[in-house]
Order: sequence, then structure tokens, then C-alpha cells
Amino acid sequence: MSARGAAVGGGIARGARRARLRRAHRVELALVVLVLGIAALSLSLGAYAIPPADVLRTLLGDGTGREEFVVLELRLPRLTLGVLVGAALGMSGEIFQSVLRNPLASPDIIGVTVGASVAAVLALLVLGLGGVAVSAAAFGGALIVAAAIYLLAWRDGVSGARFVLIGVAVAFMAHAVLGYLLTRADIRDAQTALVWMVGSLSGAGWDEIVVVAVSLAVLVPAALVLCVPLRALELGDDTARGLGVRAQGARLGLIAVAVALAAVGTAAAGPVAFVAFVAGPIARRLVGSGPALVPAALVGMAVVTGADLLALHLLPGGIQVPVGIVTGLIGAPYLLWLLATTGRGEAR
Amino acid sequence: MSAGRPAGRHELAARALRLGFDGVSVVHDLDLVVPGARTTVIVGANACGKSTLLRGLARILRPERGAVTLDGREIRTLPTREVARIVGLLPQQPLAPEDISVADLVGRGRHPHRAWARRWSDEDERVVADALAATGTLELAARRVDTLSGGQRQRAWIAMALAQDPDILLLDEPTSFLDVAHQIDVLDLLCALNRGRGTTVVMVLHDLNLAARYADHLVVMAEGRIVASGPPAEVISVEIVREAYGLECRIIEDPVCGSPMVVPVGRFHTDRPAASSGSGGGGVGGLLLPGPAAREGGEHQ
Repeated sequence: MSARGAAVGGGIARGARRARLRRAHRVELALVVLVLGIAALSLSLGAYAIPPADVLRTLLGDGTGREEFVVLELRLPRLTLGVLVGAALGMSGEIFQSVLRNPLASPDIIGVTVGASVAAVLALLVLGLGGVAVSAAAFGGALIVAAAIYLLAWRDGVSGARFVLIGVAVAFMAHAVLGYLLTRADIRDAQTALVWMVGSLSGAGWDEIVVVAVSLAVLVPAALVLCVPLRALELGDDTARGLGVRAQGARLGLIAVAVALAAVGTAAAGPVAFVAFVAGPIARRLVGSGPALVPAALVGMAVVTGADLLALHLLPGGIQVPVGIVTGLIGAPYLLWLLATTGRGEAR
Repeated sequence: MSAGRPAGRHELAARALRLGFDGVSVVHDLDLVVPGARTTVIVGANACGKSTLLRGLARILRPERGAVTLDGREIRTLPTREVARIVGLLPQQPLAPEDISVADLVGRGRHPHRAWARRWSDEDERVVADALAATGTLELAARRVDTLSGGQRQRAWIAMALAQDPDILLLDEPTSFLDVAHQIDVLDLLCALNRGRGTTVVMVLHDLNLAARYADHLVVMAEGRIVASGPPAEVISVEIVREAYGLECRIIEDPVCGSPMVVPVGRFHTDRPAASSGSGGGGVGGLLLPGPAAREGGEHQ
């Protein structure tokens, strides 16, 4: 029992820990490569196809005027926004699902992103606002809805199941309001507002990319610091408190960051369906166990950019659709598969 | 925290402690001093407040009145991480994420000892390896927690609490949902920790006879109050069992270790007079405590 006692040679716990970290790093590296591959395709493909070598040359500042316009002004903003939005939504979903210990507790299921949509559409159709003001409204809407869910779910603390049920109810209400606003709207306004129904990367500009990037530069490190007690919190509130974690405070901080991440992502691209929902479980399955914030962010990037690639170039008949439609098409069957294969403990 | 620490150095106590939910008190103005380096077992009927008391001692419930003290200082005023290095808790039905390994679970017990972003130290490694070895879970370290049997899982959780390197270990019904062999397995493990390391053990148990066997200090609760406490042989009596459980019983000596053993009467099985039970021991006022000779002579001839 003495602290001076010889440390166990090799080290079973250290070995397991190293193996876990090594696997996580390998997964992260593979995901980065995947995202880079998707990025290369996204910048090359299109009506004006540019070979990857020329794309690289253009990125390094040595392209023709036309290449520069297509790559730097049309494709790169869209790709960059997809990467940032995917990271924000993926990390947000993983935090929500871990903190509330419930795979259904992601911001796109419990109404946080729909809340953003309602606020954006209100600003657009009722207040007649546009541009950054609409995005700001979306951000505010997500925060308000999340705060409402948190307060309604509060009963001597917040627990996962109650939070999810109230969140789903709030989501239905928000969908109803959204539907009402759209049916009352002028047909052209409704077309503009449609983006807030499905989520889209079209219209990505450098101004909003800078806003999103700066927000993430604050929120991602905050999330990584706050998630330290998450490994204890995952063992249940009583165990966590026994381990010296202030369970409710830690949870509130994590949820606040996760809401802000979801709000930033949604304000920039609309409620891109199911990204927050699928990123966490996929990341956990890849790295073996959670919490997996960074892998989930990388999965989110791959899902959004990959789905956008699909939405632009690979659909039959050459049609192009908003990215949210493709993520919805991928995400819904994934939800069904998850429900069909969920073991005993997971749905708690 | 652990280096050279005298066993049972820390004292956990409750003073005029009142605990409750939504204004309804469950534990009423209760005083308790947990004896250091001993095993204290809290027993009582369902809803008598024993788990509530344990959760109060673990500072999970906020007292409505009174206080829980650690070394004389009110526990709620102490930094919770500091308390966590002294007092460990194993809740009744802890839940693990289904995908984590035993080594990962046990490693998470180091939380109160680890500063942010600090590397895994030799001390962390030694304590975790100790915890795995002490609980016999070394060979399970790589297994996923959800693939373990009930008994193995409980040992893994105890290892997690030990990785916290606590001087005082609180456990809420650590044997629930285990078959009798695994109950003994877990209780023997806790007994070994108490005797080998001097860890103060405080647990809630349902089984009165196992409680009487494993406790140094038995606390019997009824309706949120302590009705008796002390060494099991002094505490267990027909009257106390009637008061705490509303149960008629006889008390014999545990043939294995001599601790008092409660044999319930019930409605349908005849309460045989002491003389016809074959044991010639003398019952005093319904309290039957046969001597060893009488027991062996009577039962098996």
C-alpha cells in the first residue's frame, strides 16, 4: 500500500489506456484522410471539372483566373462551411448523448435545431429581415428552445429520459409553428424559408464562415475542457458525485456548450438533419468507447461534406438537392437500424 | 493521500441529521459516528431510510437539518474532490456505458486524484493495478463491462471505488441481485479490504444474517431512526427484530461463526417449542441461544 511501492511493470491499466488512445488516434487520422479525400473530390468535381493537381496549384495561389473563381469563390466556401458545420453538429450531438446518457438526446431530435429554424423563419417572413440577422435569430432560437427544455425537464436536477421526452414534445410544437408560418407565407418567401426546413450549404460566403470559425475556436476548446468530468459523469450521477464531480453543474456547462455548438451550426446552414444524431454513435463504434468528442466532430465533417458531394454530383438524373435531404435519407434508416439492434442498456 | 496513512484515520459522523425529499423527512434527527477501520452495516425494513442515510453520508443528499461531518468539519463545506479522495461510494445500481472495458471503468475511479490534462502517473497505475488485483478482476481487465456476470461486474465496480483509494468506502446494497455464493464472494472481498488495508467499510445490506456475520458495528434502523447499534451479538434480539421489521423470529447462533442468526417464524410454519426442536439450549423470553454443545448434540443425532 505504500506509495513508494514498485510501480507495476508494464502496467495493465496503462496498457489498456494506451491501447484506447492509440485506437482513437488511428481513427482520427483515418477520418482526417477521409475528409481530405472528400474535400479533393468536392473541389474538383462540377460542371467545370478541375483535376486535383490543378486544384492544389490553385489553392497555393497559382491558378488561372477561371480556376481561382471556381475553386476559391464557389467551391471552397461551400466545403469549408460544410466542414465547420459538420464539426459543430457532430461534437454537439456526442456531448448531448453522453451527458444525458441517451442516444436519442441529440439536438436535432429534441428540438434545439428546429427552434433555430422557427426563429430564423420568423425573422425572415414576419420581421422581413435577411442575411446575418436571420442567422442571429436562428442562434437565439436554439438557445431559447434549449433553455425552455432544460427548465421544463428540471426536477431536482435534469435526467436523460425526461429531457428527451420534453425535447421531442417541443420539437413537434416547433415543427407545427414552422409549418404554419410556411403555409401563410408568400410563395417566393416560402422558397427562401425552405432552407430553414432542410439545411443547405448553398449561399456559403466567407463572411459567415469567419463568424462560424471564430465561434468554434472558442467553443471547441471549452467543450474539451468541460468534458474532463464527463468520463465520471457517464457512470451515473451518484457515482460521479462520489468521485468528486458536481454533477448538475458539470452537466449544465456541457449542455450549454453543446447547445451553442448546435446553434452555430444551424444558424450557418440550417438544420442539417441527423448529423448530430449519427456522429456520436458512429464515432463511439469506431473508437470502441466514449466520450469521443474529436472523433465525433470528424465524423460530422465527413457526413456533411460527403452528403453534400452526393447531393451535388452523384444523384441519378443529375439533380441537385440541399445537403439536409441527403443526410436525412442516410440518417433515417440509421435510426431504424439503431432501434432494431439496440441492446438492453443503451436506450436508457 | 494513501502514503503512510494510518488505517481508519478519518472519522465520518452524522449529527442531528435530517434527510428528506420534497419536504417529507425520511431520516429524522439521527446521530451516528462511524467507527474507523471497522465494518459498519446498516439494516432495516424497506423504506426505513437506510439507503437515504448512506446517500446522506456520501453527501449526495443535502441535509434538511443537522450535518454530516468528516473529521469534525461539515462535509458540504469541504471541496468535493478533496472529500472524494477520502470517501468512496458505490451506489446501488451503478450504470456503466455498455461499451467500456473493466480497465477503463476502474481507471475512471482515479478522477479525484487527477489534475486536468495530467499524464497517467505511476501512482495511478499502482493504485489501479492494486484495485484490480484485490478484487480478482486483473484477468478481466480487457473485457467489456456488459459482458461480465453479475458477480464479476460487482467486483469490477468495487475495484473502481478502490481506485479512488478511499479511507472510507460506502456501499449501497452491494449484494443485491447476486446469488448467495456471489454475495459471500463480495462480502468476503470487503472483509479482506477492511482487515488487510484498514479501510472503513459502511454498507447497507438486506440480509440480516449476513449483516450480523460481517458487521463489527451493526446499525438497525426503523422509520428513519436508529433503534439499536453496536456489536451484532449485543444488538440482535427478538424485540429489536420485531421493532425494526415487525417480524416474529427466533435467534440462534450461526453454526459457522457464532454470530446471532435470525430465523423468521411466519404464519404457516409451526413455531415449535424450544424443547422439541431437538436443541436442548435454554430459550430466555423467546430468545433462544443454544450453546455449541447442545447444537451439535441435538441437530445431528
